[in-house]
Amino acid sequence: MNKVTFNADLCKGCRLCIEACPKKIIALDEDCLNAKGFHPAAVKEMEKCLGCAMCATMCPDVVITVYKEEK
Amino acid sequence: MKEVFKKPHALTDKPFHYCPGCTHGIIHRLVAECIDEFGVEGKAVGIAPVGCSVFAYNYFNCDMIEAPHGRAPAVATGVKRANPDLFVFTYQGDGDLASIGTAETVHIGTRGENVTIIFVNNAIYGMTGGQMAPTSLPGQVTTTSPYGRDKHIQGSPIRICEMMATLEGVAYAERVSVDSVKNVIAAKKAIKKAFQTQIDKKGLSIVEVLSTCPTNWGLSPQKAIEWLRAEMIPYYPLGVFKDKTTESEAE
Amino acid sequence: MGRKLLMKGNEALAEAAIRAGCKLFFGYPITPQTELSEYMAKNMPKRGGLSLQAESEIAAINMVLGASAAGARVITSSSSPGISLKSEGISYIVGSDLPCVIVNVQRAGPGLGGIQPSQADYFQATKALGHGDMHFIVLAPASVQEIATLTGEAFDLADIYRMPVMILADGALGQMMEPVDFEEKKHREIPEKTWACTGTKDGRPHNIVNSLIIEPNELESVLEERYKRYAEIEEKEVMYEEFMTDDAEIIVTAFGITARIARTAVTAAREKGIKAGLFRPITLWPFPTKRLRELADKADRFLCVEMNKGQMVYDIKLATECRKPVDFYGRTGGIVPEPAEILNELEKLTGKGKE
Repeated sequence: MNKVTFNADLCKGCRLCIEACPKKIIALDEDCLNAKGFHPAAVKEMEKCLGCAMCATMCPDVVITVYKEEK
Repeated sequence: MKEVFKKPHALTDKPFHYCPGCTHGIIHRLVAECIDEFGVEGKAVGIAPVGCSVFAYNYFNCDMIEAPHGRAPAVATGVKRANPDLFVFTYQGDGDLASIGTAETVHIGTRGENVTIIFVNNAIYGMTGGQMAPTSLPGQVTTTSPYGRDKHIQGSPIRICEMMATLEGVAYAERVSVDSVKNVIAAKKAIKKAFQTQIDKKGLSIVEVLSTCPTNWGLSPQKAIEWLRAEMIPYYPLGVFKDKTTESEAE
Repeated sequence: MGRKLLMKGNEALAEAAIRAGCKLFFGYPITPQTELSEYMAKNMPKRGGLSLQAESEIAAINMVLGASAAGARVITSSSSPGISLKSEGISYIVGSDLPCVIVNVQRAGPGLGGIQPSQADYFQATKALGHGDMHFIVLAPASVQEIATLTGEAFDLADIYRMPVMILADGALGQMMEPVDFEEKKHREIPEKTWACTGTKDGRPHNIVNSLIIEPNELESVLEERYKRYAEIEEKEVMYEEFMTDDAEIIVTAFGITARIARTAVTAAREKGIKAGLFRPITLWPFPTKRLRELADKADRFLCVEMNKGQMVYDIKLATECRKPVDFYGRTGGIVPEPAEILNELEKLTGKGKE
């Protein structure tokens, strides 16, 4: 399974990753406030992740690390 | 599982101070990725400007110098002439590069210094709170053009890449944008090309990156991206304006 | 002792800089320092160095900033209006703790002023060459030989204390031809530039050369540290010259070219029975305050002679704590005073010498 991890404390909730995700699986975690006081971005259904790194490409705060399943 | 995307080594662990959605962070990351990919961190010296990216010296892992406002090209010249083996880049905003530092910008081009300029154009002064920039668009409302930029009063915005392309010493000039995944990838390619230009000792390379300022434009990060696309790109067309890199060693 | 060469002050300065291991000159044309840039342009390339004409004084001083940050010995020269343009960069260089040598071959101001010799930039050089709390070393040579000696010394002082050193000359000294001997100078231990931006070589944490310190307490403590260094310089590096001050009743104070003229006047005054002496500060900062205070206990009065409307005279008054009268005589606008004018002042002030 492909995977993205978020360094949630660096996230400023700008939503650029949400817009970029082709599978629309990223959302702001409204239940959580990070150290900066933002609702950080998080993936709800990780199994749908393509490992395409589009979210990370658009993230201005280098919050996201992307792992891809090796074939 | 294979890590396919992570923070580049050339970035420090310091969190960026930029506002939410400000694309400076993307551009920092692209520069750092290119430093990593060329393996030049150990011989790189970056020159930070005055403006929003004034703290760039905290974010890059290579040696860094903070220049007076607009003077980064002169400082870069001093570094490169003192030690031509160093890999030298400046990172400058539009007020810094296209207003107070225009003379330094033009003349680093005329001399064809073998350095790379990363020029971040977001059509506004961010650090000081949203004043009119030399690149603010016609009609753009800022705190110092509250009725919109009027070309009869404040003149027209300056197109830096087009101007720099006219200079003999400029080997590579390209304008890119970071408004979409596709364009971010293209921006990285341009920065790589610019770095290669320096490594090949071809002369000055400049990459102008259209960037957003959600806070001072008064827009959400998403709306800011849309504004960049709808308003900035038509005035500042993307593309390569100068490419002497394929020419064989000049005279 | 080496061979003596007949050279102009401006050329001797350039030659001394090259001999001090300076490989980089950044400048912009301005009268009356032209010979210096031209000498650099001609000789630097032959001796493994570089002389680059910048697009402006502002660019030149920032090239100096960059080269210095990269660890090189570097010099720039200009004349008064050009130095004003450099003041921004000088403040940043001080704030970034960078060494360099800056030459001001003074001409008369304000504004474009004139192109004849002047000392009207004393205030600017010693008090206000840049915004913020700051000092740097200011050397005032009075002969072509001293220009050469002090230039070598300037590079060492700059490196040791990590700050700019200014050589404050004037159009007359710059143009004057005299024999000069580039003898071996005193050896000083130069610290390694571990702070320089020479690339991390992937082996050390990155160096940052910077004058921005946003946090007030941090900035204050950096300034406190820098002022400790200033205090050390005031303790160790003061230079001055005295001539017949031992029994002097009236002491003429003058620097640079004016001191040479004053010396002639002092000799003439002695012949007329006036017990005159000469005190010449060589370092304008650090100022020879301590010695002047001692002299104020011995002499009856002071006469400060300058090629301006009265600038160093304030420092003389401060140093002597107004214990004795301090008078001023000056010519300005590019006029060099004659010895007879100074002698006349000495006669007037002492009431002696006149038939």
